[in-house]
Amino acid sequence: MSALDAATASPAGKLTITPELVAEHGLKPEEYQRILELIGREPSLTELGIFSAMWNEHCSYKSSKKWLRTLPTSGPRVIQGPGENAGVVDIGEGLAIVFKMESHNHPSFIEPYQGAATGVGGILRDVFTMGARPIAALNALRFGAPAHERTRHLVAGVVAGIGGYGNAFGVPAVGGEVNFDARYNGNILVNAMAIGLARTDSIFYSKAEGVGMPIVYLGAKTGRDGIHGASMASQEFSGDQEEKRPTVQVGDPFTEKCLLEACLELMAADAIIAIQDMGAAGLTCSAVEMGAKGDLGVTLDLDAVPCREAGMTAYEMMLSESQERMLMVLKPDKEAQARAIFEKWGLDFAVVGETTDTCRFVVRHRGVVEADLPIRELGDEAPEYDRPWVEHRPQPPLTPDAVPAPRDAGEALVALMGSPDLCSRRWVWEQYDHLILGNTVQRPGGDAAVIRIDGTNRAIAATADVTPRYCEADPVEGGRQAVAEAWRNLTAVGAEPLAVTDNLNFGNPERPEIMGQLVGCIRGIGEACRALAFPIVSGNVSLYNETDGVAIPPTPTIGGVGLIDDLAHHMVLSLDREGLDLLVIGAERGHLGRSLYQRNIVGEDRGAPPPVDLSAERAAGDLVLGLIRNRLVEAVHDCSDGGLAVAIAEMALAGGVGADVRLDGGDIPHHALLFGEDQGRYVVACDPAHTAEVMSRAGNAGVAVRLTGRSGGSRLTLPGAAPISLDSLREVHEGWLPRYMDGD
Amino acid sequence: MRARIRITLKDGVLDPQGQAIEKSLHTLGFEEAGNVRQGKVIELDIAESDEDRARARLDEMCRRLLANTVIENYEIELTRT
Amino acid sequence: MKTAIIVFPGINRERDMATAIRTVSGRDPVMVWHTETEIPPVDLVILPGGYSYGDYLRPGAIAARSPVMRDVARKAADGVTVMGVCNGFQILTEAGLLPGVLMRNRSLRFVCRDVHLRVENSQTRFTRHYDAGQVIRIPVAHHDGNYFADAETLRRLEDTGGVLFRYCAPDGTVNDASNVNGSTANIAGVRNVAGNVAGMMPHPENLIDPLLGGTDGRALFESVLEAAA
Repeated sequence: MSALDAATASPAGKLTITPELVAEHGLKPEEYQRILELIGREPSLTELGIFSAMWNEHCSYKSSKKWLRTLPTSGPRVIQGPGENAGVVDIGEGLAIVFKMESHNHPSFIEPYQGAATGVGGILRDVFTMGARPIAALNALRFGAPAHERTRHLVAGVVAGIGGYGNAFGVPAVGGEVNFDARYNGNILVNAMAIGLARTDSIFYSKAEGVGMPIVYLGAKTGRDGIHGASMASQEFSGDQEEKRPTVQVGDPFTEKCLLEACLELMAADAIIAIQDMGAAGLTCSAVEMGAKGDLGVTLDLDAVPCREAGMTAYEMMLSESQERMLMVLKPDKEAQARAIFEKWGLDFAVVGETTDTCRFVVRHRGVVEADLPIRELGDEAPEYDRPWVEHRPQPPLTPDAVPAPRDAGEALVALMGSPDLCSRRWVWEQYDHLILGNTVQRPGGDAAVIRIDGTNRAIAATADVTPRYCEADPVEGGRQAVAEAWRNLTAVGAEPLAVTDNLNFGNPERPEIMGQLVGCIRGIGEACRALAFPIVSGNVSLYNETDGVAIPPTPTIGGVGLIDDLAHHMVLSLDREGLDLLVIGAERGHLGRSLYQRNIVGEDRGAPPPVDLSAERAAGDLVLGLIRNRLVEAVHDCSDGGLAVAIAEMALAGGVGADVRLDGGDIPHHALLFGEDQGRYVVACDPAHTAEVMSRAGNAGVAVRLTGRSGGSRLTLPGAAPISLDSLREVHEGWLPRYMDGD
Repeated sequence: MRARIRITLKDGVLDPQGQAIEKSLHTLGFEEAGNVRQGKVIELDIAESDEDRARARLDEMCRRLLANTVIENYEIELTRT
Repeated sequence: MKTAIIVFPGINRERDMATAIRTVSGRDPVMVWHTETEIPPVDLVILPGGYSYGDYLRPGAIAARSPVMRDVARKAADGVTVMGVCNGFQILTEAGLLPGVLMRNRSLRFVCRDVHLRVENSQTRFTRHYDAGQVIRIPVAHHDGNYFADAETLRRLEDTGGVLFRYCAPDGTVNDASNVNGSTANIAGVRNVAGNVAGMMPHPENLIDPLLGGTDGRALFESVLEAAA
């Protein structure tokens, strides 16, 4: 029996805190020592549980806070940066977008459907708790190698779970990433992002105000789901994950939809002082944070908490991660009105406590004080670590001739297009309702999702990007690249990039080399965000993504959001007609190190990743946005994985029109020009009548530009290679994922 | 009394879930399994001590809500608690 | 032309539908909450898509037994035009206002994509702005769109012009490859014998805006919003 089971079974009043019990709660001996010093006595079991929840990595960010503070989080449009349920950015005309990305990695590995579903549920609540109706969802998913025995099952479960929750709730899932790599075999990543729309005069925060104000519980009843979920997220797996199954939370999108509507109605009634959703560590985290932020104490009476299971203990109620619940501080004169709204939607509404002026967190149950703790120390004065880290030693860059040319460039391109890394993800996104709410201007498959702002001629663009193999090769460069790619993807659809939400997924931070990855990536992200005026307004950190000592590659997912000021300037990547000139914008250096070509075709993983020149990114992006707004181009695609050849192939497939690709007879070998992954580049298609103007603007901006081909026909022709028919390319591109999932 | 209602698809109605389950069983080596049909079980307490009256009411519950009689059959099992 | 849109808890495409009505007719529809026992006098009642009651028990099963449905049935009997889309279609079959039943998709997966439909019967108040045999492109977004009707019901449907739309290939060929969910006889939409109640799985309300991919759904709204014949 576990130490926790023994402790709960022991006779009332006599609790022995053993080192095992402390360890089971995810607390280190030093942390337990700190608890003893802080409260001057041994904690009760409930108090131990509360500390365990508040001080674990997931809630306290203790290993990353020091470094997260170095990130740029402000800007002229930023209304709310990190520290709230989500970030808030002003988009003008009285509106704001509210968005965040969060991980649900460990639960999704154990129970993929519910893990992913509740991940979606959690991030949606983070957004609507601030008063924003969710208008779009994106998901960045990373799975193990296709040949790994669990991968197919995990893919099927995660995709079904995301769809099952989001479709029923009623938010379009319009973008994201799906990638496969053996390093995620034991630790898949599910990063869920949500974007909502709110009025700037109607944003709701979680800071409690006023003494003696009622604290109200809203939503679904509390059960035993997910107890110790937050603690689980902060521990590595050790291979016996079957035992952890009971800790996975179960979600109900119907209840969440009702909760959304009830909350928005309540918000319109001007009844709320503060509101927060109950996510990780449920009632504990939300109550402590609301009080601590407002420099207030909180007293809870657990007898009033609506439970769906009989005989729940204080410990269970405080740590339950039952879904679809919110906590709020209510204006006392609005209680009747608020209760009526929740009754209409069939949800629980219960006054479970009040704010106090003692700065203590007091929990009562059946007449007994189960917890009495200093509130600030639980929340914003949780331990913070400066973990030792080792700076990564970058490898030297490879010259283009260091990577062998393919036997046939066309064959190499076809192989890449049909590979798990680049094939069509249609099998995934056709399981997501991406049309609901009737504002999806650009469906999945493009550079970024584009969602019209209801009733206007403006739109939001959103993307999620990162290239983990670059981050592994050089964390700083990889961090910059993730931000740069997100920035380019937004620019490519005609949006002005506004702000970022980041989800940093790493291994065990107690290992200096992993900590070094975290430090390096954060540094790169910070540099890029500053240079591109692209602040971070919210985010999440997921650590301990390791199994039996094998860590995931560093995966700092960057969720970027931008604004299209006029839908006439919305841009797509499809080649829709013949006779268009294709130009590559941005310097070409034939960088093949860490490219997909090197990995998939040559079978190697070495060299430095492509460097990111931030001022060149800025110049190229500003140029491209100008070309779009001046209607000089008809298609734009960012150059990333697979390089120029893949970018053009994707444009041709999207529009159903082929292309003739031309390369210069310069120094750089053809295969390096075709498959090199130099950063800061776009492919644009324009009417030949505009080509001279495009090239002249590029020249004036100091941005390199080269004519690289022409659209036409039904085939894709690379120099020196046999033409590839679009039909056969499409078959390869669309075919891999459905065949894989069908078990072929 | 406690009622246990078994709801199954009528013969002749295609059951893709049953077929998927059958295929999985075969993949796992249970080739001897066949003709898999998936249904559902609904259990409820009924505050009625007369068995005939209980059955009549449960029958009505099935016809009016619990089963879609266009495609589903139902079977009622009653036990005294 | 006055329209009511019925809203059950869990319905999530009522706003899409209201926008379509407003765009085509210029008038705002009235939104009716499911606990209302009386719908105001209207010419058109719409049951939109979503997950009413979370699809518990069976999609549409619980909504079909909601208080407001008694008045929907009464209005249908009076000849008022009633249209159900996706979950709305499911609710109408569960309520017995349309024949057949919608089951889980053959693939067992949710599907969201554009499909092609062949208009089978253009002599109805829902399809009079289309030509018979016309092929239109409209999105679907559902998990349980597999239409089933037994042989007798099917025969009656076909004989009375009850099939409004079938899933087809872009050139109009009705075949298995174009059957997105396994529906019997590729049926995507039906109407009742009296001709005033119809249901369809695809979402015409998501295809009335050229910016969002096309306008093939408009003609349906134009048909149904024309002054009652």
